[in-house]
Amino acid sequence: MKRTIMAAVFALAATGAAQAEEMKMAVTTSFHNSGLSDILLPAIKEDTGIDVQLLVVGTGQAIKLGEAGDVDAILVHSRKAEEAFLAAGHGTHRREIMYNDFIFVGPEDDAAGAGKAEDAKGALAAIAGAEADFVSRGDDSGTHKKELSLWAAAGITPAGAWYKEVGAGMGASLNTAAGMGAYIMSDRASWLNFGNKAGLDIVFEGDPVLFNQYAYLPVNPEKHGHVKSDLVAQLEDWLVSDRAKELIDSYTIGGETLFVFNADQMAKAAE
Amino acid sequence: MVDLWSGLAQAFWLVVTFDKELLEIALRSLQVTLSALLIACVIALPLAALLAVRRFRARRMVVAVLNALMGLPPVVVGLIVYVILSRSGPLGALGLLFTPWAMIIAQVIIIVPLIASIAHQSLRDLWHEYHDLLISMNVTQRQKVATLLWDARRALLTAALAGFGRAIGEVGAIMIVGGNIDHATRVLTTAIALETGKGEFALALALGFVLIALAISVNLAIHWVGRTEREGRW
Repeated sequence: MKRTIMAAVFALAATGAAQAEEMKMAVTTSFHNSGLSDILLPAIKEDTGIDVQLLVVGTGQAIKLGEAGDVDAILVHSRKAEEAFLAAGHGTHRREIMYNDFIFVGPEDDAAGAGKAEDAKGALAAIAGAEADFVSRGDDSGTHKKELSLWAAAGITPAGAWYKEVGAGMGASLNTAAGMGAYIMSDRASWLNFGNKAGLDIVFEGDPVLFNQYAYLPVNPEKHGHVKSDLVAQLEDWLVSDRAKELIDSYTIGGETLFVFNADQMAKAAE
Repeated sequence: MVDLWSGLAQAFWLVVTFDKELLEIALRSLQVTLSALLIACVIALPLAALLAVRRFRARRMVVAVLNALMGLPPVVVGLIVYVILSRSGPLGALGLLFTPWAMIIAQVIIIVPLIASIAHQSLRDLWHEYHDLLISMNVTQRQKVATLLWDARRALLTAALAGFGRAIGEVGAIMIVGGNIDHATRVLTTAIALETGKGEFALALALGFVLIALAISVNLAIHWVGRTEREGRW
């Protein structure tokens, strides 16, 4: 009994003491699964003393968390949703940080012939034409929105038994695709770090339309007074610094570069 | 099958090498669940005793509702707690969302009906035995409750352990209200969900085995502590 009480008191103390130099940031699963956050967070802590607590969610939920004021900043990759977020006054500004790219993953034998397509639209048309199984995130994440915009660009309305919306994160969706031998669109980072590649391989890559821009958006302190704007600004300065550039550009998995730093270091943060 | 074996092997190495991160999330799992269990018992046990002792019109209704709430879906509890604790919700000013406290609150809500229902079952039977004696001694309501709770302590332990079991293995609610933040709200179950998502089945299984072992050892420990006062009446 005594120990239980101690545990309860300890839990209280631990949460109380943790207020000092911490901020919460919602990031997308693709960013976290890449493993880049494990490199950046310790460096941020070392240089600025800020403990960044990551909430790893889809872009849709990340934006909701920002709207509700439950996080101090968000780092996401869905330009349209970001602009709507700013237009509604939930954020102060948008700062582009870096980009990576999406790829199409599918069964090694590529029965639908997606790999022979000239561009992303063609690859999707091949998959839809063959009615090969295709796993869609279906969770309103940035990756999901990107996938839907590609279908629209290809002039196809994906529907039918072959199109499976799983409503899950990148990793869980990749697990599903691996289990079914299905095609799926993934960001390169999640794919390279994925541990259960069973029978799957990259079938299509390289179309510029597949580039994926990440942006940092501070939550508007006028709407949510408790937001730690000073820490948020410090973090932004760090994210566009030369140190961040070096860490982001030099991050590789199996010899492959994942992210390209492209922040405009001269731009002053909009007030 | 290979995953299962490598999971077991990895669990073994994680434990014998005192892996720092494993220790941290295992301790946090215990911390959150034991806190929730303590709070839930303080609410549920007197409630169960009152329901056994007092006669009032809605008693049957309350008991039935408590029984039904035993099957409360954790995801729904998580979602409701989330909406209430969110900065734009009614209790947002407290800033509790994505802290261990939010997880404790969700777990308390999930296990109170369970503990109260099981406890009520055994207290009701005991009350049948004690009814005439206690009435003839003309004791107060409070004394009746205290007597019942003390004399049924062994059965109440079972109720508490059932609550512990449900809380420590729960993932749906605490994932939503805790957010699975590294070094802040990551516990064993949410870590398992995370590693599964990364396709790291061996590590996920290893964490799962650790969780099971933890649950068993807590149960054993409590039973062992309980046995030391065996000279008593039960």
